[in-house]
Amino acid sequence: MKWEVVVGIETHTQLSTASKIFSSASTAFGAVPNSHASAVDIALPGVLPVLNKGAVERAIRFGLAVGGTINRRSVFARKNYFYPDLPKGYQISQYEIPVVQGGSIAIVSPTRGAFRVALTRAHLEEDAGKSLHEAFDSPGGLGRGMTGIDFNRAGTPLLEIVSEPDLRSSEEAVAYAKTLHSLVKWIGICDGNMQEGSFRCDANVSVRLAGDAKLGTRCEIKNLNSFRFMQQAIEFEVRRQIELIEDGGTMVQETRLYDPDRNETRSMRSKEDAQDYRYFPDPDLPPLVIDGTWIEQVRAEMPELPESMAHRFVGDYGVPITDAVQLTASREIARYFESTVQAPVGVHLSGKTAANWILGEITARLNRDGIEIEQAPVRPHEFAQLLARFQDNTIAGSIAKAVLDRMWNSEIGGEADAIIAAKGLRQISDSGAIEKLVDDVLAANPAIVAEYQAGKAKAFNSLVGKAMAATKGKANPAQVNAILKRKLAG
Amino acid sequence: MITSSVAELSRSLLARRLSSIELTGSLLDRIETANPTLNAFLTIDREGAMSQAKAADARIAAGTASPLTGIPLAHKDVIMTEGLRTTCGSRMLENFVAPYSAFVAERLARAGMVTVGKTNMDEFAMGSSNENSYFGPVRNPWNTTCVAGGSSGGSAAAVAARLVPAATGTDTGGSIRQPAALSGVCGLKPTYGVCSRYGLVALASSLDTPGVFGQTAEDCALLLNAMAGHDARDSTSLDRPAEDYARQLSENAGAKPLAGVRVGLPREYFGAGAEPDIVDAIETAIAGFRSLGATTVEVSLPNVDHSLPVYYVISPAEASSNLARFDGVRYGHRAAKYDDLTDMYKKTRAEGFGAEVKRRILIGTYVLSHGYYDAYYLKAQQVRRLIADDFRKAYQRCDVIVGPTSPTTAFCIGDNIDDPLKMYLNDIFTIASNLTGTPAISIPCGFDGKGLPIGLQIQGNAFAEAQILNVAHRYQQTTDWHRRVPAGFAP
Repeated sequence: MKWEVVVGIETHTQLSTASKIFSSASTAFGAVPNSHASAVDIALPGVLPVLNKGAVERAIRFGLAVGGTINRRSVFARKNYFYPDLPKGYQISQYEIPVVQGGSIAIVSPTRGAFRVALTRAHLEEDAGKSLHEAFDSPGGLGRGMTGIDFNRAGTPLLEIVSEPDLRSSEEAVAYAKTLHSLVKWIGICDGNMQEGSFRCDANVSVRLAGDAKLGTRCEIKNLNSFRFMQQAIEFEVRRQIELIEDGGTMVQETRLYDPDRNETRSMRSKEDAQDYRYFPDPDLPPLVIDGTWIEQVRAEMPELPESMAHRFVGDYGVPITDAVQLTASREIARYFESTVQAPVGVHLSGKTAANWILGEITARLNRDGIEIEQAPVRPHEFAQLLARFQDNTIAGSIAKAVLDRMWNSEIGGEADAIIAAKGLRQISDSGAIEKLVDDVLAANPAIVAEYQAGKAKAFNSLVGKAMAATKGKANPAQVNAILKRKLAG
Repeated sequence: MITSSVAELSRSLLARRLSSIELTGSLLDRIETANPTLNAFLTIDREGAMSQAKAADARIAAGTASPLTGIPLAHKDVIMTEGLRTTCGSRMLENFVAPYSAFVAERLARAGMVTVGKTNMDEFAMGSSNENSYFGPVRNPWNTTCVAGGSSGGSAAAVAARLVPAATGTDTGGSIRQPAALSGVCGLKPTYGVCSRYGLVALASSLDTPGVFGQTAEDCALLLNAMAGHDARDSTSLDRPAEDYARQLSENAGAKPLAGVRVGLPREYFGAGAEPDIVDAIETAIAGFRSLGATTVEVSLPNVDHSLPVYYVISPAEASSNLARFDGVRYGHRAAKYDDLTDMYKKTRAEGFGAEVKRRILIGTYVLSHGYYDAYYLKAQQVRRLIADDFRKAYQRCDVIVGPTSPTTAFCIGDNIDDPLKMYLNDIFTIASNLTGTPAISIPCGFDGKGLPIGLQIQGNAFAEAQILNVAHRYQQTTDWHRRVPAGFAP
């Protein structure tokens, strides 16, 4: 039997406003517990919510970025349930009419190529506080059997983004989550910090026989706080569901928790236990009205979006689409690339080469040093100079990499030309000099020449290597090749 | 002095014929003497009041006083007053000291009013007799075996017994106007959104309206002037230009001051089973309006009969959610012993809330439940709109609507307590103003055969406060019902 995996993702995106969605308290992470909890956040009697326009503005930005419908009138509703970290006994969310409906996100699937994942909706809501079980009920904790509550997070603005069940594998789910993650950072609505919980995903996973029109019974998996965990959790859950069904079992709709230590999902609660949240429109908040003027103001301030920028990179700079997608993974990478190719270095830099070097050499060094591209010690205009020397054959690729290392470590002011001049790295392109070099190599290696002439083609590369080594890599490899070939033939 | 209105006291204070210290001190003496009988006050703040009075006298001396500076005031105990206990008449908040002040309390304090204490009320403003207070019922100054009405019973009784010249209240279904009627004082419920709800412990957010009790319509206007205004902390607060609600009262309008005013008489209000003495008093008052120049016109409010059932869906629904915060976690009552979290919630709320609060939480939870929402809550909101349409149509034909405030005068303590439906009928004439968000005032218009006061309700369209206050004021210029003081409390 051939099983098809069906995944939809719900993402809680913490919006990057300075203050909370319904109070003026700070949203800063990591403060002393309850130091950012105002009267509204702890739900003192008599306090009322006041909507933060910045949160709405960010929701509009998202709606525009995904081409969704921004509802001119949306409604805040109360989701009622009791929990100690939910101070009002209800969460203010949007239920029937969310701020954004529809839209889509273009992703590249490892198996199906590029396609668009449809979005169901995106709605504004407030976060709850945090129950601190460990800090209290643990050896050395503050009290056995006790739980502390930190309301600093209570009232932090969230945009819950819900995808349609358009994803067909754990890899596609991760590709979607990564694309969404870079998009929300790109448009500046979320800092994307997953460790701090700024971007949290739940996955709705089901399986069905290939060709079935009807979706299988789904499970919602929570606690996917990294892309790796998301992939592992979905893979585990898919295996579990297939085994269950193949063994004659019946799927139960339930919420499951992913345990990264044991790499498994465990049942939290079934649909039967699901609470009745008794949603109703919050009488403390008038409907959220967004007029066309506001939308146009936000639109005017929108940055160029990654998707259109990637296509522009293809068109303007001849970058392959796969590279263009990677270059637009963040605004910083894209900016680095574009600043590089536009730097005034006297030659027209090849976008394809620049892309190659940024995604290869630069990225490798960033990963090695654990820094972001905006912290790269080699700035785009410096890097462009290096690429120019490579492109105009002043230096060969291997030398260029060595120069990049010296620039990275800020040797001789980090200037490519200075390093090339100081270290005598300029490529030898004088044909007379290379003729002599080749003659010397042929004379010094009669055995290899003999092997070549006996039909061993690999021996040719060995002779090239000898010539390059003799010049410490400075000889123009193309010229060495051509002259060597001519002399051996002659 | 004790029986003087706010306007009269203001003149004496500003003319320095009377000091606030003197006035506040003698009223505190009266409160301390009367309260064991009336149970109108839950908190008396002599120390704080005297220091505010001192500051008020200084302000008067400095010439920076407002017309309300130095006037003693009591707040219903659902209004947050920084540093003072704010109980909502509930065991849940028995020892809760407010860490901030409500907008209306701030505004009245800024005007220089002197807060003498907090008044008793039905628990979380749920009730029509003040018998649902955890701290016991308020007694009616006209007959202490009777209720003072509710939920703002303490404020009504305090003004009626002349313990304070004015007091605040809140009106969700009639909680200012009904006790005003039963206690023989004026009670004004403004348009929804005119006074901020910030700092009002919420019963039903879409209906709750802060308002005021006074001896006269003029006093209500003076207090409303100070209480009204936009507040960014309440998203339902309206941002309107400031208005002098007393502006029409001083106009010299001659012998027919109500000429041109069309008084609407809804036929639904006059067949609704108000007691005969009440109907007689209302008819007499209507004749009085005519003699002041008003014309009367019969209007119809075909859906107003649904007000009570609509109210008892919407109000408990909102209350069930609003009261969820009283969970024993952060403040207020928490059960002493419990097994686990669920048990803590159950015991805390079982102990902290009284019977009526529990009843309404259950009703509200039920009507919002999955599968019942459409049939109850959504339907009630639709009918609410129909009722509002009825009033809109009626106000095309009239300027104010007049009728009884309550179908009965004050009843005996204990008489209705076991029959919630009968109790709910007390608000049959008042609820529509809350459902439609429109202003209304109850003013004294006579006494029944048992010597208990009768209230006349004057309703108006949204923002018609100045007009209904003027109609009430002109009536009070030619009657003295509002001047009568209960025998046991005459100075």
